[in-house]
Amino acid sequence: MSGMNENKQRAGFTGRRMSLARMRAGQRGKIVRMSSSYGIVRKLEALGIRQGEEIKKISEQWMRGPVLLQHGNSQVAIGFGMASKVLVEITGEEQQ
Amino acid sequence: MRILLMGNPNVGKSAVFSRLTGANVIVSNYAGTTVEFTKGSVKIAGQHIELVDVPGTYTLEPTNKAEQIAVEMLEACKNDDIVVNIVDATNLERNLNLTLQLLQKQVRIIVALNFWDETKHKGITINLEKLEDILKVPCVPTCAVTGQGVKDLVERIKEAKPSSFKYDEQEKWHEIGNIVDKVQTITHRHHTFLEVLADASVKPLTGLPIAIVSLFLSFKLIQLIGEGLKGYVFEPVFKNLWSPLMLKLSFLLSSRGLIHDLIIGHLVEGQIDYGQSFGLLTTGLFVPLGIVLPYVFAFYVVLSFLEDFGYLPRLAIMADTLMHRLGLHGLAIIPMLLGLGCNVPGVLSTRILETRRERFIAVTILAIGVPCAALQAMIVGLVGKHGIVNLGIVYGTLLVVWFVLGVLLNWIIKERSPEIFIEIPPYRIPYLGSLSKKIYMRIKWFIREAVPFVLLGVLLVNVLYTLGIIQAVGKIAAPVITRILGLPREAVGALIIGFLRKDVAVGMLIPLGLTTKQLIIASVVLTMYFPCVATFTTLVKELGFVDMLKSAGIMLLSSLIVGGLLNLILA
Repeated sequence: MSGMNENKQRAGFTGRRMSLARMRAGQRGKIVRMSSSYGIVRKLEALGIRQGEEIKKISEQWMRGPVLLQHGNSQVAIGFGMASKVLVEITGEEQQ
Repeated sequence: MRILLMGNPNVGKSAVFSRLTGANVIVSNYAGTTVEFTKGSVKIAGQHIELVDVPGTYTLEPTNKAEQIAVEMLEACKNDDIVVNIVDATNLERNLNLTLQLLQKQVRIIVALNFWDETKHKGITINLEKLEDILKVPCVPTCAVTGQGVKDLVERIKEAKPSSFKYDEQEKWHEIGNIVDKVQTITHRHHTFLEVLADASVKPLTGLPIAIVSLFLSFKLIQLIGEGLKGYVFEPVFKNLWSPLMLKLSFLLSSRGLIHDLIIGHLVEGQIDYGQSFGLLTTGLFVPLGIVLPYVFAFYVVLSFLEDFGYLPRLAIMADTLMHRLGLHGLAIIPMLLGLGCNVPGVLSTRILETRRERFIAVTILAIGVPCAALQAMIVGLVGKHGIVNLGIVYGTLLVVWFVLGVLLNWIIKERSPEIFIEIPPYRIPYLGSLSKKIYMRIKWFIREAVPFVLLGVLLVNVLYTLGIIQAVGKIAAPVITRILGLPREAVGALIIGFLRKDVAVGMLIPLGLTTKQLIIASVVLTMYFPCVATFTTLVKELGFVDMLKSAGIMLLSSLIVGGLLNLILA
């Protein structure tokens, strides 16, 4: 994907869909679909992170490092690969 | 009858266990501190009851080994057994998932809402009566670290009962949502300083500087506390109080003979020299207590604080990309840090890693490249005298070896490494009581494990020298020791004793009068070549015999290569 497209995708308007990996830190979104492997989906669901839930992305790291997300009062760090398989609909953004 | 403590990871099960039994278990602020179940005994109404600290689990449909153990233990429950379900009151929704699954099992249950004090800071109010009404089991608020509410929990434990609460498995989360809506109210509040700091610790622009600064400060603090204790407390005590006593004893033993040499060792110009005398009551006590203990204490003060504060999982996030180069993920940084204290708990904590391959890589590079506090104290004392640069060469070499070996192992053992997946706890101000208890436990463990082995090591040094065994092995090993490593052949004694205790082994180098270059090579080789016996037995248990042999082969080979290279490169 070209750099420009990527920037557009990351612009993050409310209602836009993108993977958790592409969300910006500080954005909130509702989980639309999780297409990771069965084991990982189960791990996430055991923590209450599932379709329809609202989450917030706290941080990401350089070079495809882990993504930290907040759900309710708890924070979970997951790998970039897992995060790119969680599709999210943006619902809002906090000033960083 | 038994009592099982069950709950999500990092909700304070071990803290409750420690409160109830008075037993000593390690409690920290990150998921996976308890990798194996711990048993203890609690006295309730004059009756001794077995209490089990079960590893944390989010669900009864296990997704990893620790959870598997938890489920198996629950399945083995008998009718009169009681499950104390510890719940993080600040995360009610997530925790109720396990609670509901437990209620389904029709065992006797009592719920403890832990971190109750924290709910107030977080603006969370939970209506306990309503929760009891819905779940139909007793619910008790607790704060296990400080001990609040634990007495109530004990008093009400007999009220534990199977619940008649029913729900539709398909609608589980909907049901949980309903319960939370009914019992919990949240008032909005501003971010606290700790929350702002927590977020800053995991963002690359702020998190990396924070990681570097906190690691640097940790090392400085360990150095400051360690050197201070050693220079101002332990050394003066040995010099001014213990030495005169030993000299009197030496006189009583008529200053020579086998017994004298075993107990006191050789006098240097009529005085005790703790570096060279090598008697049981002189060098044998001075090494573990006079040199090593100050640094071990300093290390555990700093590590325990970082653990309880909640920094380690955040460091794991920051280190994740680096650790992936080694075929591991960020969590593997935790065993490495624990290993800097003692390799044994370091190796044990590799159980937080998911696959066998990851654990093999982690324990191998840990045993080779991570020197324990006892070894470091001796190296710092010996090499540090020759300048900070030379100490830097030792540490730098070990770091490079650790990294390169990890990269190589990752390349040789081809397999995808799993990604990090861990809940990140909030920062918590450590509670002084539990923090000091943890440090005390670790120090006690060190003294109990180290002192006998050091004494045995010193005894063995004397026996092996007297029997001429070290000299004989020295002759055989001479080509390797002198040609490849450039060390005098007597250094083989240190390599033999190093299997027992590496700190004693470094101590054995003192009388040899090595050059700076030889000291550097000897320190690096002693760290790398083979684990001490305590780590060795742990490795066999954790890896199995075959993998241990492979790991040991890597250790011997790489120490020869690295030692040989240093011998070639260093001037």
